[in-house]
Amino acid sequence: MIRIAKHALYDILRNRFVLFYALFLLVISFSLFSLDSDPGKVVVSLLNVVLMVVPLVSIIFTTIYFFNSYEFIELLLSQPIDRKVIFFSEFIAIAAALSTAYLIGIGVPIVLMGAGAGALYLLLAGLLLTWVFVSLAFAASVSTRDKAKGIGIALLFWFYFGLIYDGFMLYIIYSFSDYPLEKITLALVSLNPIDLARIIILLKLDISALMGYTGAFYKDFFGTSTGIIYSFSMLLVWTVVPLLLALRKFIRKDI
Amino acid sequence: MIQVKDVSKHFGSLEVLKKVSAAFEPGKSYAIIGPNGSGKTTLIKTILGMVLPASGEIEVDGKRIDGQWEYRRGIGYMPQIGRYPDNMKIGQLFEMIRDLRRVDTATDDELIAGLRLNELFDKRMHTLSGGTRQKVSAAIAFLFNPAILILDEPTAGLDPLAVEILKSKILQEKEKGKLFLITSHIMSDLDELCSHVMYMEDGVIRYSNRIEVLKQETGEEKLGKAIAAIMQQNLSLETA
Repeated sequence: MIRIAKHALYDILRNRFVLFYALFLLVISFSLFSLDSDPGKVVVSLLNVVLMVVPLVSIIFTTIYFFNSYEFIELLLSQPIDRKVIFFSEFIAIAAALSTAYLIGIGVPIVLMGAGAGALYLLLAGLLLTWVFVSLAFAASVSTRDKAKGIGIALLFWFYFGLIYDGFMLYIIYSFSDYPLEKITLALVSLNPIDLARIIILLKLDISALMGYTGAFYKDFFGTSTGIIYSFSMLLVWTVVPLLLALRKFIRKDI
Repeated sequence: MIQVKDVSKHFGSLEVLKKVSAAFEPGKSYAIIGPNGSGKTTLIKTILGMVLPASGEIEVDGKRIDGQWEYRRGIGYMPQIGRYPDNMKIGQLFEMIRDLRRVDTATDDELIAGLRLNELFDKRMHTLSGGTRQKVSAAIAFLFNPAILILDEPTAGLDPLAVEILKSKILQEKEKGKLFLITSHIMSDLDELCSHVMYMEDGVIRYSNRIEVLKQETGEEKLGKAIAAIMQQNLSLETA
């Protein structure tokens, strides 16, 4: 598996997009740090970048790469190699490339500028978000043969989790504001990986007071270490489940 | 030995293979002939496990192939359109395939040298012409000395010299008792290379026998004319 992933990784690195991604994140992080002297505020600004840019780049790059590597997959399939191994190798290669770019682009400035624990949580949450969206991209890619349609589905995932879902949640909270909604909103948050990541950071940075009563409730739940562990595990679930669904489909796919 | 039993496959509402059964034995070489879209490539891809049949079963060397992959060690495949990672160089491609197979025994590099591919090792795949890609595909198919060779339109797009080199390689390997499945639209090539003929139309095998028998039955000397006679027969049967 590692050997095939290695070859796939070479292939990814040959097209220089991942390098540009790392540089782009580096430039953004360093400029944010130079604009503000308070590292805590910088982390909040970085949070917004991480929550929007990282999922978008991860899901679109992965989808395009998956469709472009159809030739590679075809070639591997005519060799004595298990389909499962091909699938996981591709995942490992793409996730490794994007994670490395992310860790360099966000991690290096954080370490150099000496930001606190909140920044480290940001780094970890962004890393998990990368995996989640690579995995969602696999689900989008195997669901169709048409590249344009695949990218469309991937974009739809991003719009849904990044923008539409929050609107939907606000609507529910306002419409049913007469009822106790804490448990329900907690469940709803678990259904969106971007919200999970956002809440981890906001609570860690201790600005949950800005989030009113719900924020206090979240603090009560997420602020404890069990809460943090719960959110991180949910992000892992968000990585594994779409990936396994995609694998199921890939095994039965005609190439 | 490849055994295909009642294999059916449809893409949407289009039935590509309709309960196809066939047996391919070692030491023989089979020409698979048929109009475009008759299901030849799909049949080949089901044997390779790239396309999964809706029903029926396929055995290679007595073992069912569903969900298996080890059996492909013994198969060399030359696709109709060889598609390779764009940014890879030819040399890197061969290196990668050798690395993936992890074979200790010497590989069969005869075609790499014969088709003068080693002079092009530094060229990237996306700069290659269709014919050069075909040469690469051919060299990969023969690389690991497989007992079964499946060639999908091997001579299409090759220059005359390369065609002759490939043909003599096929005949030489045939002498060693290997099993060949070859599809092509070039009847004279198949006449030279194959001992058996299988004619497919609309996902059904219409005729299957030794080429000599076919020629005797139709009274023709050339495979092309004999096949044309069969197609004509089918037509008149359908209109009758």
